[in-house]
Amino acid sequence: MPTSLIDCDIHNAVPSVQALFPYLPEYWREYISQSAFKGPIDTSYPVGAATSARPDSTLPAGAPAGSDLEVLRVHTLDAWNAEYGLLNCAYALESLHSPYAAATLATAINEWQIEHWLAKEPRLRASLVVPSQYPDLAVKEIDRVGHHSGFVQIFLPVHSLAPYGTRQWFPVYEAAVRHDLVIGLHFGGTPGNPPTASGWPSYYAEEYANQAQLFQSQVMSLIVEGVFEQFPALRVALIESGFTWMPSLMWRLDKEWRGIRREIPWVKRLPSDYIRAHIRMTTQPVDAPSEPDHLLQIIDQLGSDEMLMFSTDYPHLHDDLRQDAFPLNLPEPLRTKVISGNARAFYRWSR
Amino acid sequence: MTLTLPKVQTAPALRTREAVIDCDIHNTIPDDKLLHPYLPARWRQHLDSFGIGFYSQGAYYPRQHMNAARTDAWPPGKIPGSDLDFLRAQLLDQWQIDYGLLNPLYLAGEQVIPDYADALATALNEWLIHHWLDPEPRLRACVIVNYEDGESAAAEIERRATDSRFVQVLLPARTREPLGRRKYWKMYEAAERHGLPVGIHFGGAGGWPITGAGWPSFYFEDHCGMPQSIQSQVISLVFEGVFDRFPDLKVVLIEGGFAWLPPLMWRLDRSWRLLRDEVPHLKRAPSEYIRQHFWFTTQPVEEPGTPEHFRQLLDQLNMDDRILFSTDYPHWDFDSPGMAIPGSVPKELRRKIMSENARALYKLE
Repeated sequence: MPTSLIDCDIHNAVPSVQALFPYLPEYWREYISQSAFKGPIDTSYPVGAATSARPDSTLPAGAPAGSDLEVLRVHTLDAWNAEYGLLNCAYALESLHSPYAAATLATAINEWQIEHWLAKEPRLRASLVVPSQYPDLAVKEIDRVGHHSGFVQIFLPVHSLAPYGTRQWFPVYEAAVRHDLVIGLHFGGTPGNPPTASGWPSYYAEEYANQAQLFQSQVMSLIVEGVFEQFPALRVALIESGFTWMPSLMWRLDKEWRGIRREIPWVKRLPSDYIRAHIRMTTQPVDAPSEPDHLLQIIDQLGSDEMLMFSTDYPHLHDDLRQDAFPLNLPEPLRTKVISGNARAFYRWSR
Repeated sequence: MTLTLPKVQTAPALRTREAVIDCDIHNTIPDDKLLHPYLPARWRQHLDSFGIGFYSQGAYYPRQHMNAARTDAWPPGKIPGSDLDFLRAQLLDQWQIDYGLLNPLYLAGEQVIPDYADALATALNEWLIHHWLDPEPRLRACVIVNYEDGESAAAEIERRATDSRFVQVLLPARTREPLGRRKYWKMYEAAERHGLPVGIHFGGAGGWPITGAGWPSFYFEDHCGMPQSIQSQVISLVFEGVFDRFPDLKVVLIEGGFAWLPPLMWRLDRSWRLLRDEVPHLKRAPSEYIRQHFWFTTQPVEEPGTPEHFRQLLDQLNMDDRILFSTDYPHWDFDSPGMAIPGSVPKELRRKIMSENARALYKLE
């Protein structure tokens, strides 16, 4: 077992909307009770999909996987002897078209995370959630709770209605920098538009796979809109994104910049330079080749040994055991960087 | 900013003593009226009023160069790609090209009026025959179809199937539904029956934002975002079981790059291993379907920072027989036959890329 490991993606689940009642105004408690609203519909992790929960994460009485701190602790922090674990609570707030519902529930979730997770387990840190489709309300929530030492990141679903580089999101990045928070772009999101440029795929398996293309579009947007020129201190984590596609994106972005940068003159450096400086990626799921050498080539092709950050992505199921051995089988000094060093530097955690 | 004509592009072919087949050329219509002889009156009138400019449905990103063309590719008084003699001189003769495959980017399927789309497809193919294929034996062409209507597309494929100069069916990267969906199957059935590959080409507008995360701001993202659109199409074709249904169907990915293909295959195989219960109609791993059914053109050629990375890419890809050289003439990001493929590529593989793979796929002499 490694002596020091940081897990950059653990999913705490809201057990039920009733668990948020202590943090909701009377209007919402009444509204939810009377309408039997059970919470947003999150199609990112269908219950029937094997990827949504590994078998050992099942909880009694139908409680959602990841909703029990004791079980989660055993399966993640204790199992890996982790120094820190970073919670990402995916609650599909972006699927709620009512700004008031989204904002109120965001506040409630953040308060619930503070009381039931951060206060109870000192190794945990978390992403704060926001009503991401309403940047002004998102900023309000960031300003309200962003100073809490347990929050190190702002959760944004990678599937959005508008690319994250576009100007409407700038106030969110300004707030992130102001509070020294990382922007966490995370797998999933149900904002209402199709996840591809050609409409809606038939199968969840396609939507699952297509998340990689969403991450690619978002990285491209952040670069070409000059977000990292506008906000030089901004840090962005790509979470549950896969990473083996990143070198090919870097190559293509750099080539295109040489040809079309007249259109985006504010992008002063090679796109891949911005990526290496400002963006990190969690390791699970690996999307690994069958040849171990090819995986090492991909990591080398990134041009930086600082980009990868270990994650379990608990309780999501990935692949066979062979993949779960990664990144422990990496050569040093890369191994130590991936399992803790890069996250420690990125999230600015001291030893 | 002043633009000077890049003289190097018009210099004689320096070292091309190899066979070259260009799998992506964009010829254009100098004047819409050329389509008149091939259109019924009802649609001649519509053409005169509304033209055949693509129905962009909000997907218009002004190109950085006029007509997205090389500055030296303008025939006197005409638009790039519209003059056969000029194209012969600047492309076919200069680079001693054995065969050139025409993919004119008039996407009949983007026309929202179905009957107009059908009529245009037929007319465009007639225009191709009379103005390009008949006068120039080195040229081959794709069949233009109203791809959003499977029956209509199948009918147009039938119409052209006996003309061996039509070697492919043209589809765009961005369509109204992902290309694996059932509405497109009749078209695949006809293409398969006649041994015609379908080419999925950079471009198109399906009525959706051009990324799954909404409308980006810049032409850069339209141009550079095509790989993401094409990847979604690959995912759809595989997971919908198109290749189980049409086991002899061939697909060419054109102008979308290819460095993303190995990691995509790895991701799809992993996704399938975990989620195969949802897609029991798939009999094999996605990467097996991809290796069996896909080809891809080289332009815009991938440019990793080092030759070693390019070699690694080819090794990870392991699809030496599926790489097809293309120039994308007359566009600004034209790949020159003399310079595009790195010199580090072994001779045997280079020969395959520059002509042999295309010769086999398109059954050229």
